[in-house]
Amino acid sequence: MQWKKPPFIANQWLRYGLLVGVVGYLVLGLNSIEVNWIRLWDGLPRGWAFVSGFLTPDFLSRGGDIWEGIVESLTMTLTSTVIGVLISVPIGVGAARNLAPTPVYLVCRSVIALSRSFQEVIIAILFVAMVGFGPLAGFLTLAFATIGFLAKLLAEDIEDIDESQAEAIRATGAGWLQLINYGIQPQVMPRLIGLSLYRLDINFRESAVIGIVGAGGIGATLNTAIDRYEYSSAAAILIIIIGFVLLAEYLSGFIRKKVQ
Amino acid sequence: MLTLKRLTKRYKTGDLALQEVTLDIPQGQVVGLIGPSGAGKSTLIRCINRLVEPTAGTVQLKELNLTSLSQTALRRARRHMGMIFQEYALVERLTVMENVLSGQLGYVSFWRSLLRRFPTPAVQQAFAVLDRVGLLDHVDKRADALSGGQRQRVGIARALLQNPDLLLVDEPTASLDPKTSRQIMRLITEICAERQLAAIINIHDVALAQLFVQRIIGLRQGQVVYDGAPDGLTAEVLTDIYGAEDWSATIRKEPVEEPPVAEEEEPLPEKKLAVAR
Ligand SMILES: Nc1ncnc2c1ncn2[C@@H]1O[C@H](COP(=O)(O)OP(=O)(O)O)[C@@H](O)[C@H]1O
Ligand SMILES: [Mg+2]
Repeated sequence: MQWKKPPFIANQWLRYGLLVGVVGYLVLGLNSIEVNWIRLWDGLPRGWAFVSGFLTPDFLSRGGDIWEGIVESLTMTLTSTVIGVLISVPIGVGAARNLAPTPVYLVCRSVIALSRSFQEVIIAILFVAMVGFGPLAGFLTLAFATIGFLAKLLAEDIEDIDESQAEAIRATGAGWLQLINYGIQPQVMPRLIGLSLYRLDINFRESAVIGIVGAGGIGATLNTAIDRYEYSSAAAILIIIIGFVLLAEYLSGFIRKKVQ
Repeated sequence: MLTLKRLTKRYKTGDLALQEVTLDIPQGQVVGLIGPSGAGKSTLIRCINRLVEPTAGTVQLKELNLTSLSQTALRRARRHMGMIFQEYALVERLTVMENVLSGQLGYVSFWRSLLRRFPTPAVQQAFAVLDRVGLLDHVDKRADALSGGQRQRVGIARALLQNPDLLLVDEPTASLDPKTSRQIMRLITEICAERQLAAIINIHDVALAQLFVQRIIGLRQGQVVYDGAPDGLTAEVLTDIYGAEDWSATIRKEPVEEPPVAEEEEPLPEKKLAVAR
């Protein structure tokens, strides 16, 4: 006896038509990318210089700058995450349909949408223009981006809670804040902590990127090193960034397991 | 003490869940509310403490007209109505003690409750109630580490911390095994007798209801179709409430004397132990 899983798209004309269309589009698309082979050839030695710089990372000759950049980035990361989380919590609560009245809901959702619609680099350029080069612009960028990320996920988590637990607290005659503290917070806290740690991790990585557009931190140091063709120093910086990201990964995993 | 007058609820979806329910429950009376699922039992008790807003009619608890209260006044009034749920509705990640003390939330300030600094009399009362329901050994365990019967006891303790005049009980035994069900029903009815509490207990196990309550109200499609003694549940009455069926196995033949039962705890299932670490 034979059995075949029924195809996802029942009409076979539509099924094969779609397949041909997708493959055709892919081929046309790949052909439209112009590759400048001469420029590519020229770039090879520079790429090689970068790679060999990597093999001989130099932590010392720019040690002072690197240290300053790292401290600046860590400060920026930590403060922006803490402030971002503190602001995200009320906005997340306000953006949860099951807790907030409609006007509050709409306002909070708009703030989230605004924060999420721009990539960090674009926000950073804007803040650099507003407050000048340096870590303040970086701090503002990361805090702003944290709000969109965390408030949205928190709101979704609150909308997913077990309503009966909240209903039971409401039935005792508890006030609104008590309802949040007893009926909601215990249900969302582990995830909130996990997401905050995850965001800390993201913010550190982003701090390296937005530094390139002038928002301070290790990214600025990295940018300077590359501009000066000091690939060994650049490599050292990248290695340090990777080290911190791995450390953050390990620590956040450890803490998340603890709070579950 | 509790008076419902022509209480009606129509949900936004159009379901007419309650139709002009009128009844009066004196202090200390335990009422069993029976009826097929969808009859409106849960809606009825939720309309009393206004977790569901009734569409029409009035609810009066002692001198208070609950249906006309403002939100603030309603919150104060809810303190006098303890609620017990089918799936226990404990806050799973809080400890037994925190769950029990949450019954006091209507009486203490936000800051005290946030810092878990409840007044000494409340804490003493919590220990006394936990002793009464037999959970003194589990005070600092997390609620999700308990077995079903134990969780329901926490639910009962939480309701009692409200110092209620009335208990609203929604299918307290529907998730429990037969023996634990009896223990829980016995506990609830004994406590009501000790404290002269009125109670409405939604229950779909007719035999269990007959065993423990003083009065039965039968609900069908949102209307009261029986209101009387547990012994009055004849085959005709049950057919009227639930529809035609052979009721001979359900109907109580002679008053059953309950055998005395040793109050032993049901064992923790394996899974729960794993969660408890
Ligand atoms: N939140 C709700 N929204 C719309 N209809 C509801 C809601 N809750 C209950 N109902 C309807 O009201 C009727 C009574 O439900 P319920 O009170 O839960 O009955 P019971 O507890 O006796 O099983 C049912 O027809 C049900 O579909
Ligand atoms: Mg129900």
